[in-house]
Amino acid sequence: MADWLERNVPRILLAPSFLIVLIFVYGFIAWTAWVSMTRSRLLPKYEIEGFIQYERLFAAPRWDTAMNNLFIFGALFIVVSMMLGLLLAILLDQKIRIEGALRTIYLYPMALSMIVTGTAWQWVMNPGLGIEAVVRGWGFENFAFDWVIDPDMAIFAIVIAAVWQASGFVMALFLAGLRSVDDEIIKAAKVDGIPTWRIYSAIVIPSMAPVFLSAFIVLAHLAIKSFDLVIALTGGGPGYATDLPATYMYAMAFSRGDIGQAASSAMVMMAVVFAIVVPYLYSELRVKRG
Amino acid sequence: MKGIKFAAAAAVILASPSLAFAEPQAEVLHWWTSGGEAKSVAVLQKEFTDNGGTWTDMPVAGGGGDAAMTALRARVLSGNAPTAVQLKGPAIQEWYEEGALADISAVAEAEGWADVLPASIAEHMQCEDSWCAAPVNVHRVDWIWANADVLKAHDISMPSTWQEFNAAAEKLQAAGIVPLAHGGQAWQDATVFEAVALGILGADGFRKAFVELDEDTLTSDAMVAVFDQMRTLRGYVDRNFSGRDWNLATAMVMNGEAAFQVMGDWAKGEFLAAGKTPGVDFLCASTPGDGFLYNVDSFAMFDVDGEDRQAGQALLARLIVGKNFQKVFNLNKGSIPARTDVSLDEFDSCAHLSADDMATSSQNGSLLPSYAHGMALRGAQAGAITDVVTAHFNSDMSSADAVEMLATAVANSL
Repeated sequence: MADWLERNVPRILLAPSFLIVLIFVYGFIAWTAWVSMTRSRLLPKYEIEGFIQYERLFAAPRWDTAMNNLFIFGALFIVVSMMLGLLLAILLDQKIRIEGALRTIYLYPMALSMIVTGTAWQWVMNPGLGIEAVVRGWGFENFAFDWVIDPDMAIFAIVIAAVWQASGFVMALFLAGLRSVDDEIIKAAKVDGIPTWRIYSAIVIPSMAPVFLSAFIVLAHLAIKSFDLVIALTGGGPGYATDLPATYMYAMAFSRGDIGQAASSAMVMMAVVFAIVVPYLYSELRVKRG
Repeated sequence: MKGIKFAAAAAVILASPSLAFAEPQAEVLHWWTSGGEAKSVAVLQKEFTDNGGTWTDMPVAGGGGDAAMTALRARVLSGNAPTAVQLKGPAIQEWYEEGALADISAVAEAEGWADVLPASIAEHMQCEDSWCAAPVNVHRVDWIWANADVLKAHDISMPSTWQEFNAAAEKLQAAGIVPLAHGGQAWQDATVFEAVALGILGADGFRKAFVELDEDTLTSDAMVAVFDQMRTLRGYVDRNFSGRDWNLATAMVMNGEAAFQVMGDWAKGEFLAAGKTPGVDFLCASTPGDGFLYNVDSFAMFDVDGEDRQAGQALLARLIVGKNFQKVFNLNKGSIPARTDVSLDEFDSCAHLSADDMATSSQNGSLLPSYAHGMALRGAQAGAITDVVTAHFNSDMSSADAVEMLATAVANSL
């Protein structure tokens, strides 16, 4: 009996959560896939109609805008956050005096919810209230910073707010990575008279490859699921210039009673996530096997 | 022996509700949760309980009704629909097609709704041959509001054509006043767009374009002219309009920062709440052109079991269209009664204008549903049009491109 328990208790304990994940994650993915093949409007219907919703989706200019925005936002957000995070981490790593306080200050934006970040930056970047009004108040009458109201630039305004929020967190990741590099190697390099920038570019950063990968994965999924930041900062506007796939899906499912269309956009979003995560998983598993 | 006694007693207790007269029960799902609106619902609630009913309130705030619709979907899918739900326009028909609505023809016929409601509004309340919803009010959407002092100072009268409006706007702009107070949110862009479309396309053209989705009208030269006027109007709004809420735009007119606003008559509530008097501090007129765009709130009655709940439904329907509620509710809300035989003595001059125009336009067939407020089209089609309107208004897209996009978007949404 004790023997049997010892063997099966882990399984029994894990079974409920396994079942919950199976139903509420994979089950509902399958359900969404099914609904995306139907003409569901207000309520889900289950007669398969083929790829009609995907045809509608790819014919919609608003979806094009949303996907373009995702790539612009995702690429800039990931690259700028990583570069800024790495720079901050290296600067903090110079054994400076109030490192603890500075680290907390930089990490603090991560403690805010995206809604707060979005609302605050909406005020900061509003031409009538924020930076532009202040600088004009100083006498620079021609100063313009109106990205939030310019449909071509608004997506970059969102990147600024997102980078502000996430780069502190990336900095913390990199700082941990920097600290884990063997001190002896760095000391040896210094003894050999190698300049500091060379130590970082040739020794420290290459040995932090796994940290880069983790940071990338965290930032990529933050970018793809971004929703609240856009809602708070621009509401998807001007027009629908800052729509992202997530806001598109929300509009279709909850405002327009077009569940089939929302389901098809959700499936495409999932495909994008898979395109990023599957290579990652593949490389991880391969490393372990080797 | 004891067991039998107990069973008998239990049977009596269980059976008694159906023996006695069923007490009206109503569970009402709505999203009137803000100050004035909540007060308006409380009026209905009080009348309902005064008539011996039990009211279960189910307010769901948020997202302009989106949250309430999500709650409704969940309730209907689980087979437990509320008694009455705040629904409007084509959404009523959509729910009817899902087989979820009840038939309240008995009440409607006893109360003679067909005689007191304007025909085109009554049509929204009917599902095929039966009545399935009760109208609460009529909001007019095609209003233009103005600051009386600003107009007087610059010797401008309320415009009766869009050309006149443009001329007045140029004059105001030269004087450093924002001609048009506007908030850059998709639904507000659509509100202005449909007012312009009604003026330029005329009532028939509007019906063809936004009710029947006639492709020739959607791609006509007149539609290009509508988008041209939208581009002109874009020049008359201030730089900070993006994302502004409608009531802040109303405040701009109120304090003289801006001259005009195109908005439905809920804007009147803002003026009145600030202690302004219609005709003295602010002016109201229909937007240039003939016709009347209505936005009618209504309660749809869902299919429910149980005599008490059906009795509640009948009572609720009777009270909603009753003269007293129509008067009290609309005085609170800023709209006008849906039934035409309510005395308007206590209403203000804007409401009188609205009621007169509704009667006239109902006669000559220019009483039309608002597309921007979900009265003319289903969500997917209305949304597709709004996407184009807001994309055009917020970029430098040409009118010809916009018209082309409009036709494709509408075709793609069907």
